[in-house]
Amino acid sequence: MTAASRSAVLATVAGLAAGWLAAMLLVWLYGESPRAIALQLVTGTWAVPYGVGQVLYKATALLLTGVAVDLALRAGLFNIGAEGQLAVAGLAVAGTAAGLPATTPAWIALPTALATAALAGAAWAVVPMVLRVRYHGHEVISTIMMNRVADALVAFCLARGMALPGTVRTADAIPATHLPRLDAVGLRALHGSSVSAALPLAVGVTACVAVWLRRSRIGREVVLVGMSPRACEAAHIPVGRRLGVALLVSGAIAGLAAAGPVLGNKGYFESGLGAGAGFGGIAVALIGRGHPVGLGLAALLFGTLDQGGLAINGRVPMEVVTVVQGVVIAAVALADARIRAVALRGVTS
Amino acid sequence: MSLLSAVFSATTLAQTVRMAVPYACAGLGGVWCERSGVANIALEGMMLAAGLGGVVAHLATGSAWLGVVAGLIVGACLGAAHALLVVRGRVDAIVSGLAINLIAAGGTRFALRALYESSSNSPPVDGFRNVFLGGAGGVALLARTIVDPLTIATATLALGAVWTLGHTRFGLHVRACGDDADAAASAGVAVERVRLTAVSLGGAICGLGGVALAYDQHQFQSGMSGGRGFIALAAVILAGTRPGRTVAACGAFAALDAVQIVVQDQVRAASALAQMLPYAATLFAMYAIGQRRIHARRDARATTSL
Repeated sequence: MTAASRSAVLATVAGLAAGWLAAMLLVWLYGESPRAIALQLVTGTWAVPYGVGQVLYKATALLLTGVAVDLALRAGLFNIGAEGQLAVAGLAVAGTAAGLPATTPAWIALPTALATAALAGAAWAVVPMVLRVRYHGHEVISTIMMNRVADALVAFCLARGMALPGTVRTADAIPATHLPRLDAVGLRALHGSSVSAALPLAVGVTACVAVWLRRSRIGREVVLVGMSPRACEAAHIPVGRRLGVALLVSGAIAGLAAAGPVLGNKGYFESGLGAGAGFGGIAVALIGRGHPVGLGLAALLFGTLDQGGLAINGRVPMEVVTVVQGVVIAAVALADARIRAVALRGVTS
Repeated sequence: MSLLSAVFSATTLAQTVRMAVPYACAGLGGVWCERSGVANIALEGMMLAAGLGGVVAHLATGSAWLGVVAGLIVGACLGAAHALLVVRGRVDAIVSGLAINLIAAGGTRFALRALYESSSNSPPVDGFRNVFLGGAGGVALLARTIVDPLTIATATLALGAVWTLGHTRFGLHVRACGDDADAAASAGVAVERVRLTAVSLGGAICGLGGVALAYDQHQFQSGMSGGRGFIALAAVILAGTRPGRTVAACGAFAALDAVQIVVQDQVRAASALAQMLPYAATLFAMYAIGQRRIHARRDARATTSL
């Protein structure tokens, strides 16, 4: 293990410990026993097959948004917009999947639906991409704005005819677009949980992105641009175009994250479906540290917290989990900066 | 009543002022942070947390003024935490802002259930009720809105920000830190301390906006900031971080809200689109600023080649 990855692990562990402490403190202040709640959190998730399935279901979307945010981070871009990209993609994929002729064979319908999700997510990244590459507009601000526009747009579309009358959900997708649930294809133990074939899809995408960044020319250049744009300019790497590719692919992957909830679980889009996974993806990317395994573990961790929040909600408000997410993000970043500062001091002295 | 006379009425104006107060406070808070060189995307969370803090103190003490003080303190604490993480801890300002937003969103809901056993709202509070100006008409409403202590405080803070940033030593230091921290440091400005002060101040002002929002609704509701912090952020960017223009942009966004409420029954479809307008305007402003920068660079190149 190199010194760099050792200190990364150290910072992560320190951050997670801080988050755990914060959670237990809140539980204690609420007047519950931290030990009992911690036990309930674990037994409600990993101790029963249904819980495992739900954790995997939540982790699926988080893994994809995490990979999306991470990919942009590797290019030195902060894509805060996964939340909006996911929402728009969710609406688009549900609209497409419900609008296809009912006789469409699955081998056409499913890829069409998935492509719609990816394209919609990428489309939602176009404006920030153009602003960043051509006009040096900061992508953080533009993606925040796009998130808010997405919120309003989704509400507008649902109110203006995309939702079934009197509801906030769209029409049912045709069966050919459904991603099969894992309990239906042999994993009976996960019976009743929402985990679907979107999980292997997400793992596949994660692996593809990792390989692309390492083995392809464009992918490697994306990473190099993230390390030093000026050096890349000197080496005649088209910096702007690489940034653009990174942001678009990031948007596409965030869009794909809508596939699990829409095609694998509900079969339609409803207001708020998948909400939070975009911001959760930022946490996953910060903890996962640009390594596919790290991203997977981080997605599992935050998926566990999400599901665990539901499991403890009867005794302690589930929002404890959101607080923990925030604390972990801040603490890991802080620990990182500390370790880096100490390392630098070691070098200079 | 026709649509036009409904839009141009004392009621609409009163609604505009009423809604501009939280925006303007959050916007001014953002200006203080951005001007000192610390990006703050946590305006939303600071508003939310301070709004709850204000309501809790108001309920506990029975005094609306102590509620305001509590809101200011909560805002200042979050601002200080943000500044400490960014300035001392060298954490990315965006990461810290995200964390604060998450903690505030989750923490307020948690506290709501812990304190009042409700996941949606607090018990009602009085806020500042004006007992002298009665009446139900639009003009009376406007008068009540304008003499509301929080409206007056906001106006004072806006003027104060313009004057302090432009004409005082502290303001000069803040701007110096934002424009070029290294140059400021070598000129003897204590960059860390200036930033800590400015961001804490910004947090406190933003917190006042949260209290104003809660008092206006006469209770705290979970998630009641509803994106206002992001609209304020949009106003700050749109205004190029200048305080006067920020307040003006906030006023324009508030007018948009007010008109929406007034015409709600007549033009329902327009409202969702109008909600996008502040954000779309900001995106357009980013484009325009970038365009101008490109032109300026081209002009500079043209002159040097002469």
